[in-house]
Amino acid sequence: MTLAANPLDTLGQPLKRKEDPRFITGTGRYLDDITLPGMTHLVVLRSPYAHARIRSINTSVAKTMPGVVAVYTGADTAEVNPLPCAWAAGGVENHLDTPRILTPDVARWTGDAVAAVVAETRAQAVDAAAAIDVDYEPLPVVVNAEEALKPGAPQLHENAPSNIEAQWSCGDAAGTAQAIGSAEVVVRQRIVNQRLIPNPMETRGSIGSFDAGTGEYTVWMTSQAPHVMRLLITAFVLGIPEHKMRCISPDVGGGFGSKIFLYHDMPLVAWISKQLGRPVKFVETRSENYQATTHGRDHITDIEVAGSRDGVITGLRVKTIANMGAYLSTIAPGIPTTLYGRLLSGAYRFPNIFCEVTNVYTNTAMVDAYRGAGRPEATYVVERAIDLFADEIGMDPAEVRRRNFIPPDAFPYDPKVLTGPTGLTLKYDSGNYAPALDRALEMAGYADQATAKAEAASRGKLLGFGLSSYIEICGVAPSKWIGLPGEGWGAGLWESANIRVHLTGKVVVTTGSQNHGQGHETTMAQIVGARLGIPVEDVLVEHSDTSGTPFGYGTYGSRSGAVGGIAAYNAAEKVRDKAKRLAAHMLEANPEDMEYDDGTAFVRGSPDRAKTIAEIALAASVGYDLPAGMEPFLDETAYYDPPNCTYPFGTHVAMVEVDRETGHVDLVRYIGVDDVGKKINPLVVDGQLHGGIAQGVGQALWEGAVYDDSGQLLSGTMMDYALPRASRLPSFELDETVTPSPVNPLGIKGAGEAGTIGSAAAVVNAVVDALSDFGIRHIDMPLTDQTVWRAMRVAEAGGAGGDVRGAAEGRA
Amino acid sequence: MIPAAFSYTRPASLAEALSLLAGASDGTKVINGGQSLLPLLKLRVAEVDRLIDIGRLGELQGIRPGADGGLVIGGAVPYTAVLASPLVAERCPLLAETIADIGDVQVRNRGTLGGSVAHADPASDLPAAMLALDASFVTRSSAGERVVAADGFFHGAFETDLRPDELLMELRIPGLAAGTGTAYRRLAQPASGYSLVGVAAVVRTDAGRVVDARVGITGVGEVAYRARAVETALLGGSSVADAAAHAADGQVVASDIHADAEYRGAMAVVFTRRAIEAATVRAG
Ligand SMILES: Cc1cc2nc3c(=O)[nH]c(=O)nc-3n(C[C@H](O)[C@H](O)[C@H](O)COP(=O)(O)OP(=O)(O)OC[C@H]3O[C@@H](n4cnc5c(N)ncnc54)[C@H](O)[C@@H]3O)c2cc1C
Repeated sequence: MTLAANPLDTLGQPLKRKEDPRFITGTGRYLDDITLPGMTHLVVLRSPYAHARIRSINTSVAKTMPGVVAVYTGADTAEVNPLPCAWAAGGVENHLDTPRILTPDVARWTGDAVAAVVAETRAQAVDAAAAIDVDYEPLPVVVNAEEALKPGAPQLHENAPSNIEAQWSCGDAAGTAQAIGSAEVVVRQRIVNQRLIPNPMETRGSIGSFDAGTGEYTVWMTSQAPHVMRLLITAFVLGIPEHKMRCISPDVGGGFGSKIFLYHDMPLVAWISKQLGRPVKFVETRSENYQATTHGRDHITDIEVAGSRDGVITGLRVKTIANMGAYLSTIAPGIPTTLYGRLLSGAYRFPNIFCEVTNVYTNTAMVDAYRGAGRPEATYVVERAIDLFADEIGMDPAEVRRRNFIPPDAFPYDPKVLTGPTGLTLKYDSGNYAPALDRALEMAGYADQATAKAEAASRGKLLGFGLSSYIEICGVAPSKWIGLPGEGWGAGLWESANIRVHLTGKVVVTTGSQNHGQGHETTMAQIVGARLGIPVEDVLVEHSDTSGTPFGYGTYGSRSGAVGGIAAYNAAEKVRDKAKRLAAHMLEANPEDMEYDDGTAFVRGSPDRAKTIAEIALAASVGYDLPAGMEPFLDETAYYDPPNCTYPFGTHVAMVEVDRETGHVDLVRYIGVDDVGKKINPLVVDGQLHGGIAQGVGQALWEGAVYDDSGQLLSGTMMDYALPRASRLPSFELDETVTPSPVNPLGIKGAGEAGTIGSAAAVVNAVVDALSDFGIRHIDMPLTDQTVWRAMRVAEAGGAGGDVRGAAEGRA
Repeated sequence: MIPAAFSYTRPASLAEALSLLAGASDGTKVINGGQSLLPLLKLRVAEVDRLIDIGRLGELQGIRPGADGGLVIGGAVPYTAVLASPLVAERCPLLAETIADIGDVQVRNRGTLGGSVAHADPASDLPAAMLALDASFVTRSSAGERVVAADGFFHGAFETDLRPDELLMELRIPGLAAGTGTAYRRLAQPASGYSLVGVAAVVRTDAGRVVDARVGITGVGEVAYRARAVETALLGGSSVADAAAHAADGQVVASDIHADAEYRGAMAVVFTRRAIEAATVRAG
């Protein structure tokens, strides 16, 4: 990486992150580091049953235990509204059921909150919670979404017959049926995208504090979207004026989506703090995080892919059952609908696509956005479909990809499935897919795979190559496309930024985005510093406090660069404009003749007639001599609603070796060629890609939330839920192509989720390739040793597996 | 993750520790490195009234040469010390091979060999090696000392020959005869790292013929066991593959979300073969 000629132009430079010194020296300030005077501790008693009626709750013993301040049950919080669902599936009927802050009558999953214990210490609250006596009447349980649809299945909610939350579709039913009916080749496959647990390093928590003097609440939270949380807690749940609450996310240790949502404890701590007149803190344990915080994925999908023997795909039909869990989390219905179905064209010119989705309630933890949110599920379907089709017609899967890629001259490209109920169409912004594929294949030595496979075979190993040519939808989203009545999102998705240039020329940027590990404090400073021509060190980025930052929708959907970053860019443009006008006045020049570059405003053609940003800021701040009508101070705010999403892409290649005897899969090489448009900071992009790839590999090989039939979470701790570990991963080999986005002036697309979206399919495709001699076409994730071993043994016995989980299907 | 309240004592001497244990109620438990006990307490799977911390007692420290070319390891010696010991590397490489991948650095720094043996987790690694090495354990209570062979010590999952008032003082590992090779092979559960299957093999050969073999297997049955059918077959001249086929004979093979009985049983065979093959090669 070469440094730019101008050290102030840090855009595109791999700067180390400003936030890292505090994170890596243990001086970050996370929620559990906060202690307020007089603070009490909240512990939540959760139902041990996945489905049970609560006959009675006896809290009398608990209330007398040492240190106990109060015990509340659903009866005490009956007047508090249920949590809102902010994203119903667009354009269709929804049967919405959301959690209460404490469930009053029925527990519907093993994380459902039954009682709240407040004590002087956390240990006392834990002891008292164990002393609460609840009389449960167990009810029948269903955990599998397909089972939940069957006649006679246990019903979770009165308003949702057959446990259906919504039925949604997109694409062209008739055209796709016609394409499949008339195709030379049709491949059908059931594909399960297993349930995952997000696992941010910091678990969730919240602190409520009520000031009786001012009548104001402060709620600290581990949230990716504190502004939205304030809106939901005040206006929707507690019914208090929005301006009477301040929400603060301190340093947040990751979220992966699971911290976007409103959880019951957030309004609960606010409510309790007012009841008691004392602050109260809630911090979940890791086991509680597994049980009660949202999960991701959990789709059962039947796909049909049709095409001709020359490798051209003519139709894709997808039918998905999406498990929502026991209630709807904040934006749950939008994930398997808009963020899934609308991506099913992938990188390909599929002329016909039809997708039907059924969202289903079950007695399990709520499922909502998890890194990639719908888009990894869609990419997995598309990239498995390509390989299944290639296998069927006996063509190299790389060649099938090439033959079906959207050609570079077809952009902006309309995949048709992006067109929602309002008829408003989004088009892929830019792309050139073949070069990334070519480069990835070259790096992998794909052309010579036969030699590599023979070498592995000589060591008794089965080597497989797997491709994934993903695309992603980032920078979500134009408000009028995603909002009501389009895709059903209950608000907008613009972002905001404010820039103040202080008297000494130092800059404070406030953003409505929220940093929980992505590096906003660095990348936003790079954008603003580069545009204003000042050192990055002179720019402070503040975020995550509703008091002092402009309203914003938060950080998720790879939107903080392409939406939040552009708001910061636009605010900087406004500052430059005003600086030029003021400099013109100072230099007695015509404002029309002014230019701004490298931190100075100067007269075009006479660069010595110039004022630095520091001089201009001083003049603006003291206000002694301003042009007529100009307000003092350089202080500008921008709100940016993107005209389109952005569409990064790339090709990943996984190389795996399978042990014939044990089924063990060893990921030996991992190659990624990603095109995220222009980069603000390539080091930050690499960090995002590395983590994302690891998470996708984790899904492919190890991770999976497992419930037993009674709704107990068997993978309930890290000793049973297998996360990816550095020791099991190769060093990733990354390269790039750069296709700038025309959507925004920086040409950036987004990188927060790309790694996760691309990687799971690459790994599974590689394992299936390694097992091709067995005639194995598909194995459901996670590809644990046992699952792969069984697939080989079943195939050897000439049979076909039938199990939904971990089943293998041999070719007939 | 907060244990129920308990009291904590760190006796200053072995005598004090033993006398505390002598009169102790059911709710009293010894704590050593805490790597098995503390998670159970924190998850409230177990509750205790009182913990007696034996981790720093001098009599339970140290790695010493045994009289017969073997080793004596104190009951509170952590894995890390064993891994760093040249004496262990020289006299019993199997020990280091068996424990090298246990947990992570923190677990190995605190977790002890004595604790692993006393706890008798059905998936723990060390018991397999103790069986294959024909080790024995020295226990002591205020009533006196016993020496118990590893073979027979492990009664069942989390059940051993150790009495509630006894401490496990030391592990005695006999020396290996010339011509002996050893190996440990394991299949790790991807989340916990514990063994789904772990096989320790000690094989002595003479002119290419197996003349002595001991195989200890963990993770497969209710608790670690000696795979006698495998040993008998090997000594009877069976091929390694044929002998290994008996790896799970007579066991009620464990089944859980990570490995069902069919897979575990099959892997017991594979890893038994691999361990014996490796040990045989090393035997020379
Ligand atoms: C994250 C993690 C991963 C792990 N992975 C593995 C693995 O892969 N393989 C593996 O084998 N193990 C594994 N372990 C378990 C670890 O090896 C054991 O926890 C450790 O060796 C036990 O020793 P300790 O000193 O910590 O025992 P403690 O936890 O202190 O005690 C365990 C039990 O033994 C009793 N006890 C201990 N010492 C004595 C004594 N001297 N006399 C009488 N009774 C005694 C205690 O009363 C208690 O009941 C793992 C543990 C953790 C936390």
